[in-house]
Amino acid sequence: MTWNNLQTALADSGYIASDDLSVAIHLSITLGRPLLLEGAAGVGKTQLASSLATQRSSRLIRLQCYEGLDAAQAIYEWNYQRQLLSIRAAAEDGETGQSVEARIFSREFLLERPLLAAITQKTPPVLLIDEIDRADEEFEAYLLEILSEFQVTIPELGTITATSKPIVILTSNGTRDLSDALRRRCLYAYVDYPSRETELAILSARCPAVETRLRVQIVGFVQKLREEDLEKVPGIAETLDFAAALMGLGIADLTSNPAALQNTLSTLLKTQSDRAHITSEVAGRIAGRSV
Amino acid sequence: MSRVTRFAARDPGPAARISGFIAHLRDNGMRLGVAETSLALSALCEVEAISPETSHQALKAVCTSCKEEAEKFGALFDSYWMDMGRVKQKIVQTAASDGSDCVHSSRDAHDEDGKGSGSSSTPDGSDGQAESDGEGLLIATKVSNLMHKDLRDIVDTDDIAEAEKVARKLGAALRDRRSRRRVAALKGDRLHFRKIIRASLATGGEPLKLMKKHRPDRPRKIVALCDVSGSMTIYSKVFLAFLMGLMKGDPTADAYLFHTRLVRITEALRDKDTKRAVGRMSLMADGFGGGSQIGPSIARFAKSYAKRFVDGRSVVLILSDGYDTSPPAVMGSALAHLKKRGCKIIWLNPLKGWRDYAPVADGMTAALPYLDLFCAANTLADLSVLDREVISI
Repeated sequence: MTWNNLQTALADSGYIASDDLSVAIHLSITLGRPLLLEGAAGVGKTQLASSLATQRSSRLIRLQCYEGLDAAQAIYEWNYQRQLLSIRAAAEDGETGQSVEARIFSREFLLERPLLAAITQKTPPVLLIDEIDRADEEFEAYLLEILSEFQVTIPELGTITATSKPIVILTSNGTRDLSDALRRRCLYAYVDYPSRETELAILSARCPAVETRLRVQIVGFVQKLREEDLEKVPGIAETLDFAAALMGLGIADLTSNPAALQNTLSTLLKTQSDRAHITSEVAGRIAGRSV
Repeated sequence: MSRVTRFAARDPGPAARISGFIAHLRDNGMRLGVAETSLALSALCEVEAISPETSHQALKAVCTSCKEEAEKFGALFDSYWMDMGRVKQKIVQTAASDGSDCVHSSRDAHDEDGKGSGSSSTPDGSDGQAESDGEGLLIATKVSNLMHKDLRDIVDTDDIAEAEKVARKLGAALRDRRSRRRVAALKGDRLHFRKIIRASLATGGEPLKLMKKHRPDRPRKIVALCDVSGSMTIYSKVFLAFLMGLMKGDPTADAYLFHTRLVRITEALRDKDTKRAVGRMSLMADGFGGGSQIGPSIARFAKSYAKRFVDGRSVVLILSDGYDTSPPAVMGSALAHLKKRGCKIIWLNPLKGWRDYAPVADGMTAALPYLDLFCAANTLADLSVLDREVISI
């Protein structure tokens, strides 16, 4: 499969990827390297992973990162309750200590967390490590072994090597710099806000019910809105919500009903100061220019 | 005519060109190793390398690793592979020196990483704000004195002993930041199941002994950036002594001096012989007492050293009066960049101790939103009460 085919296949499953991004995904799959996606919130980084999983009809395994995330929640944990029960049962049966130990520290008693689950699948899944910048430096260090060797070492059990190499996608909002060690193990793509044409294509793929005229208006409006001085610039997710809101209210023309437009702006502007900044007149002006 | 660079006939082939390209990127500040060269070659095997656009995209995915690199990659790619069509554009005019015409120096004041260039002839002029109350003249005469002075005359050993105490106290106050990750401990708030199970094997599954785990306090690392420009000379006695004390008291601390350049003095200050340490520091602080470029210095710090030495557990102490000769926007973006490392930033400003002081210097105003703590520090006594304030951050 060439990268063009991949791009088309992704488009069929509803994800419009730029050329840059398509080449990066293609290389990440063929070279077996993790792909690090950076970009503002709402530009479709997470969506890419799920679309890729749909397109390849493979499983999507997702790990949401947060501060203090540790091995027990990300890689594996022993099933302690079961182990305790099993020891009690074994004591009544008169099983020897050594065989009990061998049994309760076997795969049967291991709870797989996302990272371990991802490398023990029969068919290669898509592993999404979401918002890696929220996890702390120690967790990045955990990841290094998994991302370069695709293996997990469990002291009681030994090293578990991957039965199939997952396609790894890491996303970052850039709230914190990632370590160079992690960066150099990954291919990199920066996902920017889409161009007018790309956004039109996305809108027609995701909300086919919107008429062409309104679609052009919506995209024009959002593109112009992104040029304003906003705290939180609306992403693609917001554009889709906006379109859905307009559809739900039965608005066919952005300029016709300023009050309704102002009400639907809550789908695009997510902070108080942004709402205050884009008044009804400003919104009207932007809508007027966007045609 | 094709824009693609014509390589010499004796060129040994694609592998050599790629390694040449990687070397070209390396020269332009990207950190790439041998592994990237081979990865780049295998990446090109996977796409139609005959098309320049596709090769561009493939090499971009392999060689870049952050937004800034991705942005400058296009120009770097073109200058190596698309040389033919760009010959005329490549005549880049060097930025005109903003120094005075009366001063001609054959040597530019380059910083340690050889990138940005400071102009050696720029005096410490900060839009006239520093001089508004007549202090400017006084400082100016001092500058010329200090240029020939050795730092050893400024810092005396007793001060350092005193400063060491202060720095230890401050370090102890900054020390604790609770980790979210639990470790085994005698007294803890959660059960350590893994240990309990292991131990209960011996007692037939009866967990007689309950092991605990807790959230440990992890030490913070102090990184101090000290301004030694002309306007700061009267305070440097205190601050340099403080730095010395800090380095002696805390083995993980890190220290830098800046004026128009940035220099890491950690290694020098670790010298056991105090006098020699100050001597080494004064050699490194060549240009001490000159102009101040706070914004660019912090930006340089954020781009170079901070990547290695600053993380979420660091506290960056900036010791400066905030009179910057470069535009305030530089300061703002530099601090924003630094803040992204997840560190806390404390600015100690000697002028804040003055009555009626307001942070009106443009640089200082631009910096304020990024600071976790903005404090006065004129004397060692001021620094010694600082520990009460830093507890809150």
